[in-house]
Amino acid sequence: MAETKVVLPGDIIDTSLDSDEEESSVLRLGPGVAQIDEQVSAVAAGVLHSDNEKKQWWVVSNKRRYVPAEGEPVVGVVVARHGEGYRVDIGSAQGALLPLLAFEGATKRNKPNLAVGTVVYARVAVANSVMDPEIECYNSHTGKSEGYGELAGGFMFKCSLGLARRLIDSKAPVLNALGSGIPFEVAVGLNGRVWINTEAPATTVLIANAIKNSEFLDAKQCRQMVKELLEKQ
Amino acid sequence: MVVEIEPSNIEREFLLEALEKGIRVDGRGIYDYRTLKITCSPTYGLVEVQLGQTRVLARVTCEVTRPFPDRPTEGLVQFNADLSNLAAPGLDSSSGKPSVQEVAVSRMIERVIRQSRAIDTEALCILAGEKVWSVRLDLHFLDHSGNLIDAASIASIAALRHFRRPDVTIDGEEAIIHDVNERNPVPLSIHHTPICVTFGFFGSNGDLMLVDPNLLEEQVQVSSFTITLNSHREICALSKAGGVPLAPSLIQRCTQIALTKVDDINDKIQEALMA
Repeated sequence: MAETKVVLPGDIIDTSLDSDEEESSVLRLGPGVAQIDEQVSAVAAGVLHSDNEKKQWWVVSNKRRYVPAEGEPVVGVVVARHGEGYRVDIGSAQGALLPLLAFEGATKRNKPNLAVGTVVYARVAVANSVMDPEIECYNSHTGKSEGYGELAGGFMFKCSLGLARRLIDSKAPVLNALGSGIPFEVAVGLNGRVWINTEAPATTVLIANAIKNSEFLDAKQCRQMVKELLEKQ
Repeated sequence: MVVEIEPSNIEREFLLEALEKGIRVDGRGIYDYRTLKITCSPTYGLVEVQLGQTRVLARVTCEVTRPFPDRPTEGLVQFNADLSNLAAPGLDSSSGKPSVQEVAVSRMIERVIRQSRAIDTEALCILAGEKVWSVRLDLHFLDHSGNLIDAASIASIAALRHFRRPDVTIDGEEAIIHDVNERNPVPLSIHHTPICVTFGFFGSNGDLMLVDPNLLEEQVQVSSFTITLNSHREICALSKAGGVPLAPSLIQRCTQIALTKVDDINDKIQEALMA
């Protein structure tokens, strides 16, 4: 990719392609980019990314308020139980609905019983501007849980959405550096909530702080910070 | 309307489990205050305080008004707190009614500063029964991450000490207010600087104590207790609204801890005002 380009809402994005195959140019606009009249402009502040081959444009921005998008993993807290499902807070403007049957192996007779205040790891199933978001704790195609479900024990903390998005990358430097030193479980929700579990509370606090501190550090600084933290322990 | 979300069960359980081992969720020690950063702007009386992630902006302004007839030689001091959902999504100010938390913070600050007579109101008099200064303190909460009262008290004191009012000369029955460019403005006359230190109590009978609770700790605590001390080691106010009862020995212990904290905070304020 070329040099980083920072865009602000309203900035017009030059979508003319470098190659000459102009005829079949169907543009794919990702998050933070929208077509306004005849032009493509940014609707979020952040770094503009593009893929010329796939004709894609998107903006990587950092926010604290989550807007649900289909397919994203989220960590939520059960706030109420209704007849047909749970109301789960995922940090969005509207609480998400988690149907009772959206769990692995759930039937009408055999439903999971979650108390108010339980933390769940789920996937956003329905997200649009006119309906309340819906989440599910299983893959509706295979019927398997695939790691989703209730998160028992451990600790949950909040971080910015930008950090959460970087943490979900399997190459996230801070998680890799921590993982090579201490065993721990982690579940990253793209709604800016991270759940971690270790054997001792002191370790959990250490990991939580390391992750929160890594927000503005690059890979090398992350490794250095984790090294120092592990030595202090 | 957005309802404040209670902390989840695992956060609550983890906090208590860790605290029993003397560990806090943000890695601080039991008696550690969060990092305090005080920024004075070039404008007189405008100070921003950052206590961990909690941020408060204090603004002091003044105007000339007529005093109350029963207190003709005393100036006025007014307090106003603005706690909107800018600070935290759970807070709602759209109904127009001040929230319970907003009232609690502004009353506490008012009590701490006005009732401990921190400001010399007689020094605000220009012409007895005719004209006095009315000093107004506005508190804007920019980010809520727990312990608003301590942050607000530090911001208030720092802003009042940073503030300068226009100089006045009296010629018989006439008062001349000098422009700031014409004559150096004068600081307020402040008797002492009360600072709040808040403690949180945990466990079924409040036997686990910590200093400067953050937002999660504030939501889980069974009781909180605020001690206000000044730099002369005098207690200006105590506040304990509800919660489990505390032993007198515990309160004395809190006072001892608060003393050292208040000294540190006063040094920080002094440092920020000098810079």
